Amino acid sequence: EISAWGSLVARRERNLRQLYPTGTSKVYGYVTNSKVKFVMVVDSSNTALRDNEIRSMFRKLHNSYTDVMCNPFYTPGDRIQSRAFDNMVTSMMIQVC
Amino acid sequence: MEGLTLSDAEQKYYSDLFSYCDIESTKKVVVNGRVLELFRAAQLPNDVVLQIMELCGATRLGYFGRSQFYIALKLVAVAQSGFPLRVESINTVKDLPLPRFVASKNEQESRHAASYSSDSENQGSYSGVIPPPPGRGQVKKGSITHDTVQPRTSADAQEPASPVVSPQQSPPTSPHTWRKHSRHPSGGNSERPLAGSGPFWSPFGEAQSGSSAGDAVWSGHSPPPPQENWVSFADTPPTSTLLTMHPASVQDQTTVRTVASATTAIEIRRQSSSYDDPWKITDEQRQYYVNQFKTIQPDLNGFIPGSAAKEFFTKSKLPILELSHIWELSDFDKDGALTLDEFCAAFHLVVARKNGYDLPEKLPESLMPKLIDLEDSADVGDQPGEVGYSGSPAEAPPSKSPSMPSLNQTWPELNQSSEWETFSERSSSSQTLTQFDSNIAPADPDTAIVHPVPIRMTPSKIHMQEMELKRTGSDHTNPTSPLLVKPSDLSEENKINSSVKFASGNTVADGYSSSDSFTSDPEQIGSNVTRQRSHSGTSPDNTAPPPPPPRPQPSHSRSSSLDMNRTFTATTGQQQAGVVAHPPAVPPRPQPSQAPGPAVHRPVDADGLMTHTSTSPQQIPEQPNFADFSQFEVFAASNVNEEQDDEAEKHPEVLPVEKASDPASSLRVAKTDSKTEEKTAASAPANVSKGTTPLAPPPKPVRRRLKSEDELRPEVDEHTQKMGVLAAVLASQPSIPRSIGKDKKAIQASIRRNKETNTVLARLNSELQQQLKDVLEERISLEVQLEQLRPFSHL
Repeated sequence: EISAWGSLVARRERNLRQLYPTGTSKVYGYVTNSKVKFVMVVDSSNTALRDNEIRSMFRKLHNSYTDVMCNPFYTPGDRIQSRAFDNMVTSMMIQVC
Repeated sequence: MEGLTLSDAEQKYYSDLFSYCDIESTKKVVVNGRVLELFRAAQLPNDVVLQIMELCGATRLGYFGRSQFYIALKLVAVAQSGFPLRVESINTVKDLPLPRFVASKNEQESRHAASYSSDSENQGSYSGVIPPPPGRGQVKKGSITHDTVQPRTSADAQEPASPVVSPQQSPPTSPHTWRKHSRHPSGGNSERPLAGSGPFWSPFGEAQSGSSAGDAVWSGHSPPPPQENWVSFADTPPTSTLLTMHPASVQDQTTVRTVASATTAIEIRRQSSSYDDPWKITDEQRQYYVNQFKTIQPDLNGFIPGSAAKEFFTKSKLPILELSHIWELSDFDKDGALTLDEFCAAFHLVVARKNGYDLPEKLPESLMPKLIDLEDSADVGDQPGEVGYSGSPAEAPPSKSPSMPSLNQTWPELNQSSEWETFSERSSSSQTLTQFDSNIAPADPDTAIVHPVPIRMTPSKIHMQEMELKRTGSDHTNPTSPLLVKPSDLSEENKINSSVKFASGNTVADGYSSSDSFTSDPEQIGSNVTRQRSHSGTSPDNTAPPPPPPRPQPSHSRSSSLDMNRTFTATTGQQQAGVVAHPPAVPPRPQPSQAPGPAVHRPVDADGLMTHTSTSPQQIPEQPNFADFSQFEVFAASNVNEEQDDEAEKHPEVLPVEKASDPASSLRVAKTDSKTEEKTAASAPANVSKGTTPLAPPPKPVRRRLKSEDELRPEVDEHTQKMGVLAAVLASQPSIPRSIGKDKKAIQASIRRNKETNTVLARLNSELQQQLKDVLEERISLEVQLEQLRPFSHL
């Protein structure tokens, strides 16, 4: 599961970094070309997660985020309340779990 | 259908009507349009039809299931007989004549049947989605929320309570049920039945009032099972009808968006004419949407930017969150702008929302861009379920859970279709964008590849001059003065590409070839490409623009060039034609010919030009080479002695000409392919001899020379070979002019040789292009690697 936040550590990866691995959780960071940062915290027990999966998840997040951005009714900085976005995130979390 | 007892005649009649209305052959749902037609044909007052709609449960379901349809038909008969519409009347009224429909009876029958069957069936499936009518009774008793905004919620709440009750029974007690329903609408039903009577405008108001009364009555009737059934059933139809109403009401509301939505309720009804699809946009609605679209964007094929859409929809006074959700649903291609279809879908959703419809989780199929006007009764089942589900948030949990299975069933179907439509929509809507981009992208690499083409095809004198000058620049010994016009430039360029150094005369050519040659050194390649571009500085400007735009495809650059070649070859099949086709090539010729040395080449050049019309682009670049080569030949006579001897043997008089032509031809060939330039230059001397075989030996000395001079690449050898052949062919061609007046056979032979040269040059050209492409690919890969490495610097 995606647990709460952990500390951060940088791991060299194209736009993707495995941040500081705590004992219980791993944190992944992802930065886009527009300097938008996504951070994902994963429970360490989820060893099945490979980097490819993490990257694909971030990519999906990125795509959904851009869709949210395209919505003129969304003002950047607000909490994202898009249902589609939430659905995507939920599906990802369910997938991982 | 337990509640409804039909006589045999009625049964048959109803099923006929149902099948008539069931144009989709779903056996479950009837096309609302048909049902409406049927009802209209019944010549019943609108309010009565509304009542019927509500009673049979179509309003609640949003469509006519078989049960609903049958009930509706029964009610029609009841109404036509003058009996008050009541749910109980369905079964209580005996000896009821068959419903009479002025319009085609088939429609009526089908409608009846469809609604009836669909209702019954749908009820089962939507038991979860839309709380069964019996639930309504409960709800009715319970909280009656006159929440017009969320009619569905109440209806849904009601439905779970009445899971089974035969929906058929609902119609009988039309007056009661209707009123009850109207009451329920308060909880949501009132509006739903009203919605169901979409086509009936006035009834809406009546329904509302009636609903309130009906609710009271309904509660009274709730105990009796039939009534419960009716209740449940009625709940369903009203919901469906309400749903159907909404689209119409939505439409009306859109028109009166600025006005209080309540007042638009009636109007909404009027416009709603699609019972089977609550999300379908009627023509009136669509027309209104289109008009609104025009006010923002006059071009119907254009987009409405997000900001403008935001302002427009904000006027609807819907919460931003909901507007945001509507936008998510309607912006199909996620481009931040609304096309006409997307705009209509968004508008429709806004209207629906203002009428109390809950927003679906996914865009209904009927609202999919390009599919807005799609009447799909098959979707009726899905959409009502979907709509019902969307309203689930406000629904009671129990309604949600049972609805899940049905939703899951409907969703996959809808999802698939949605996805399919999405795909088509995306592909269609974003066609221009994506395809355009894709077209552009390939064009870019091609443009690089196109460069050689322009060079080749550049007939510009300047280019030719440049070529010649460059060639001459290296060849100081060239007697061709014209070629030496710009020796400085050429020399400079030669220095730049000094990787390959021909004999004096070939320096320039080498520069070209080296630059264009398959130098593994990307720099050289770049320089080559640059060189070519610089050479064709003017020519590319002249020739490049036209070719690339028409050919967005990657292969175009080459094909275009090849096409040009072919075109030129075709057009310049003959000498004269060649001249005409390559007027630019011709002029440069005279230049070299001006010089005493070139004078000899002049005719040769002309001939060569003409003969090489087939490979015009090649010819052009070759022209300067021509002069250079001639000089080169002279300069490298020693090396070429062999070749020249051969040529001399064969064409003593043509030798000089051939030599001139060879260089020219070889130059041309080399031009087309800088790499081949060297070879042409090298093979120029060797081209003196006719035929390809003799050329083989000649190129060898040239090759050797090249190698000695430069760390030649094997390709150069190939090119030299080819160039040799070409040169030979070209060499033979110059003889043509001489022999024209003398010997027709010679002409024919020269023609043959020219053709051979053309083919050889074409082949060479294609090979060079391939090499260039490879080089470019390498470059691109290197750049990609560089980019890959670059981000690390940022991190």
